[in-house]
Formats: sequence, structure tokens, C-alpha cells
Amino acid sequence: MSEPSQPATTLFEKVWQRHLVREESARTPAILYIDLQLLHEVTSPQAFDELKRRGLKVRRPDRCLATIDHSTPTTPPDSDGVYHYHTPEAKAQVDMLHVNCAENGIELHGWDSPHRGIVHVMGPEMGATQPGMTIVCGDSHTATHGAFGALAFGIGTTEVGHVLATQCLLQSRPKTLGIRIEGSLKKGVGAKDVILHVIGAIGVDGGTGSVIEYFGSTVSAMDMESRMTMCNMSIECGAKAGMVAPDETTFAYLKGRPLAPRGEDWAAAVEDWKTLKTDPGARYDRLVEIDATKIEPSVTWGINPGMVIAIDDAIPSGADHSTLDALNYMQFEGGSEMAGQPVDVVFIGSCTNSRLRDLREAAELMKGRKVASGTRMLVVPGSEATRKEAEAEGLDRIFLQAGAEWREPGCSMCLAMNGDSAGPGDLVVSTSNRNFKGRQGRGARTILASPLTAAASAIAGRVTNPLEFMEAES
Amino acid sequence: MSHPGVVESSTFCLPVHNIDTDQIIPGQFLTTTEREGLGRFCFYSWRFDESGNERPDNPLKAFDSVSQQVLVAGSNFGCGSSREHAPWALLDFGFRAVISSQFADIFRNNSLKNGLLPVQVDESVADHLLENPGLSVRIDISSHTLSVEGLGDIEFSLDPFSAYCLTRGIDQLDFLLENEPEITDFEQG
Ligand code: SF4
Repeated sequence: MSEPSQPATTLFEKVWQRHLVREESARTPAILYIDLQLLHEVTSPQAFDELKRRGLKVRRPDRCLATIDHSTPTTPPDSDGVYHYHTPEAKAQVDMLHVNCAENGIELHGWDSPHRGIVHVMGPEMGATQPGMTIVCGDSHTATHGAFGALAFGIGTTEVGHVLATQCLLQSRPKTLGIRIEGSLKKGVGAKDVILHVIGAIGVDGGTGSVIEYFGSTVSAMDMESRMTMCNMSIECGAKAGMVAPDETTFAYLKGRPLAPRGEDWAAAVEDWKTLKTDPGARYDRLVEIDATKIEPSVTWGINPGMVIAIDDAIPSGADHSTLDALNYMQFEGGSEMAGQPVDVVFIGSCTNSRLRDLREAAELMKGRKVASGTRMLVVPGSEATRKEAEAEGLDRIFLQAGAEWREPGCSMCLAMNGDSAGPGDLVVSTSNRNFKGRQGRGARTILASPLTAAASAIAGRVTNPLEFMEAES
Repeated sequence: MSHPGVVESSTFCLPVHNIDTDQIIPGQFLTTTEREGLGRFCFYSWRFDESGNERPDNPLKAFDSVSQQVLVAGSNFGCGSSREHAPWALLDFGFRAVISSQFADIFRNNSLKNGLLPVQVDESVADHLLENPGLSVRIDISSHTLSVEGLGDIEFSLDPFSAYCLTRGIDQLDFLLENEPEITDFEQG
């Protein structure tokens, strides 16, 4: 029961309010305290340089956590234990993060760490990500951590420096967008299909200027991995962040993780976390309703994540510039079938879909089957911890026996800056989050999909509805 | 370093919606540890083919960094990745301002921190500019006005704090550092 004197507030407002060092005024933005900054090699070097140039120290190294993920190779080290980077610059960037973290006393999970992984996979796995926190990273998919009821968002390198130096950011208060998702998901449909459907519905700029809160029976029924997949892609509709109110599922996931509170602290933390939810009667600036029962396995057909169709629908036709540009780049004919398009590469990985649940789903579908000849499949676990768990369950062997490659953790072909890339014109079915032109390699054509759809497409060598392989089993 | 407060130039137009930061600077160039010299990678895949030769259909072929410092682009400019390399590359390439009917939040933020002006206007104004490439424009930060040849003065919104910092040469990190006592109080809670 909320006190009658307290106005009803949303989850976002509660977390925002707790972190105000100074309120916003007509002339100045709010000063928002940041509980945790996650760092990686690509967007941090210039920020550390700036601090050095000004003679500033990192204010709270204990509130920083670093990893190497973007430019690291996913091929194993050679017999001397040496990792071979795609370019000397990539190695130099990683080396520089090591130096910067050592000089500033920041915990860095490098090659020798059992936790190392994609920044948005590692943080939650270690229990560093907790409800009610403010979390930033020089990376737009930081919204992933909102799955725990944290306010988590991506920032640029200048702001990475601001947080290193002051643990604060200058912020104007964003708007709120409630997305209510109700109903049970159909067989073969998961969180990735839900979020692709949502982005398709509201558009690539439908969330601009807003923090999303996802709620409703579909969201409550999701496990943490699924919630992370959903929150992860909030940026793809332009939103600053995506959040889910913490509940028993959240607490059960966090309990016992290395950085989660322990003992008496745990009980106190859970009591507090339980208050982090939107009050009845609180209003969002905008509310969108999604009927989850209607969502089909979904894929993108074009060159941004809002160009989404159900997998069994025809590829749109249209005469507007955006549609023509997309069809031209994707080498698709408007009105033709999506299902059945021949696939060159399948990528399972990225901070959207590289967690144990994703790997299990894909492996289950692939068990005893083979990747189609002429199709290449890369499976890249999100972290060392995920890799170990997957290997303990024998998932790696299922992928390897199917003819897929099982790689070392990292961002890999999600942004293809480490050398893992698709060739010009290759059609890639990818569980990552961006299908921009050239994202996965120059001229590469990306179809974003769920792990199930990716696995089914790998077996068939064509874009395939996972139900084709699932129905036979039930 | 303070911004002169005014940008006066002809426009250069890229009439494409949803230009993402992967287009502005592709991921392969993010291994740099510097912020300088990224202009050569700006819109790289639009300008060069796989072997590094200029593409015959390069839409930036006619770009002149002296006379065309204002980029006009379709809506939702700068969507996608948070890479600050995008405004660094645009600035180094020669742009001082971008006009669009909508900017992605992180890109807008990153641009303002580097003195690249994101000028958001109504769709009708953006359409007019896109349909008439090369118009002379004048952008005045302190009065928040965009003057367009043949259209007159149009007010645009610019976060007042960023505008103030830009024109006065106030560094946002210095501003934050001045609040150190309050930050310490907050931490001690
Ligand atoms: S997996 Fe892709 S989206 Fe995620 S952090 Fe890495 S590069 Fe960014």
C-alpha cells in the first residue's frame, strides 16, 4: 500500500529520484549519480587519455568493472597460449585497457579471467548488475541491464570520462514509455521475436527520448535471459533504456552470484528491491499494448531493426526510397517469400542472444542434425562462464557434430571488428541486434532472428520457421 | 575551446532516413585509440569499394569541406551504436552542423560535447532543404535560429545548457567537478 501523501510513481522515476545529486533546473541539467560503470577496450581509451591530460584520477575505481570483448579474437590461442588478433591496432587497444585499468586500480577481466565475456553478459552473470542501480557503459546495448530493474543506458566516450572522474552524469529527465505485453507466447516464439515485433510495431525511432518499462503477463513469465534479450534491443527503437521491475525471478537469478549481496545484506537488499515497481495509478507519458498471442517467429527483411515481418510473411514491396534502398541492398524482390531464402552464414552470439538459454534452445533443435552443406555456422558464447556451463552440458559437442564452429567468447560477428565477418553479398541469419548495411562485413546482408530460427535456418540452409523442426518432435 | 556560435555555409544533402553510426563510421575503424584523423573513414563504405577505390556512385563525391559545412540528412540521424567516433569523423570530414527532423539521443549528446551542432527542425523544413540542396544557411546558437535562403528564420530547439556551455567555452566536466562537495555528500548519504 502506498502512502496517500506519496504520488504514484513509475519504476523509472523511483530509480531516477534515488540518484539525484542535484535536481534539474531551468538552466542546468540534473546531476545523476552512477552506481556502476562497465568498460571495454573500444570506447574507453580516449576517456582515460582525457583524465590523464587534465591530471584527474578515477574517482571510484570500485564502481568500475572492465572486460575485453569487442576486438578480441574468438579463435583459441596457439600452443604457446598466444592470442592472434585481427590487426595490431586491435591488440594495442586491448593492451591499453590493461594499462589504464592497472594504473587506476580497476578490476579488469582479461584472458585469464573465468568471468571474461561480452560486457552485457558478464555484468549480470557476476551479479554486478542489481535492481535499482544506475549503470552506464560506452555501449548502446547497456539497456540489457534494465532487465533487473536498473536504469542502464549507453553513453559516448566523453561521458565515460565524466563518470570516471566524477561518478556522475549531467542528464535531462527522459520521458517514459510503458509497453504492456500480455498473453502466452506460441510454440517456437521467444523474447527475441517479441522485441523484434515491438520494434516493428513502434518503429526505429518510436522510443526516442524515452525510457521503456516492459510489463504484463508475458514479461512476468519470462526468465532473466529472456528479459535481457528484450531490454537489450530497446536502443533499436531509439529508447534510452528498457526496464523490467524486479521480482522473484530476478532475486532467484542473482542469489549467490559473486558480486551479489550476501547474508544479512541479501535479505535487506531484497526487501528494498521489492519496492522497485510502478505504483498502481502511476502514468507513463505513453503506453503501447502488445498482444503476445499473435506474435510469430519474426525476422528482419531490411537494413534496420524496425523492418520486421513474421517469418512466413512475404517480403514487403513498396516504392518509397527506404523500402527500395533496403530491397536493393538485401537483393530481395518485394513480395517474394522470406522463408526459403538461401542462407550463407548463421551466427549465434552477441549480447542479445549468447546466454545459456539461447545456446540450449539452439542445441536442442540441432541435436542429431547437420548444418546444411554450403552454409557456415558460428556459435559464440557470451562469456567464459557461459562457455563452461554449455560445455559441461555437452552443447559444444552438439554444435560441433552438426558441423558448426564453437568459438571463444566475444562480440565476434555482431559488429565484425575482430575479423569474424561475413563476405560481400552473404546472407546471414544472425541472433545479434543490428542489420545495418555492412554491419557484419562489407556487403553482408543480415537477417535478425531468434536462436531457434537461426538453428533451423542453419540445418535447412534456408530461412526456416523453427516449427518445421519442432513439430516433428512433439 | 568555445564555439563561435554561428555556422554560415551552404548545405550538403544526404536524403536518406535512419543513417546509423555504422554508416557514418564502420566498425572496422574503431580500433583506434585516438579521436583525431577519422574524417578519412567518414561514410567509408558509401565512398569506397572493397578494394579501397572510390565508388562511381559515391554520394559524397561532390562534397566540398570549405563551402558545405552543414549536412542535411533524413530523419533519425545517428541511430544505432553509441560510438563518439561518429561526430569525431563528421567534424574531421568538414561538417560543423547537421540538420535533420530527428536525431538519435546518444548521437545528439555526443555531438554537442564536441561542438558539432545537431539542428532539429520540422519535417517540412527538412524536406525543403533536402529538395533544394546547396541552399545557404546560417545557424545561430544563442538565438536558436536557423536562417534559410528563401525560407527566413526558423527557430530550433537546442538544450539550453549545452548551448550555454558551447558558446561560453564551459567544459561540462569542469562543471561537474565544481559540484564535488555535493557528490561527496551524496556518496556519504
Ligand atoms: S555483442 Fe554486439 S551489440 Fe553487444 S556489446 Fe558486443 S558489439 Fe555491442
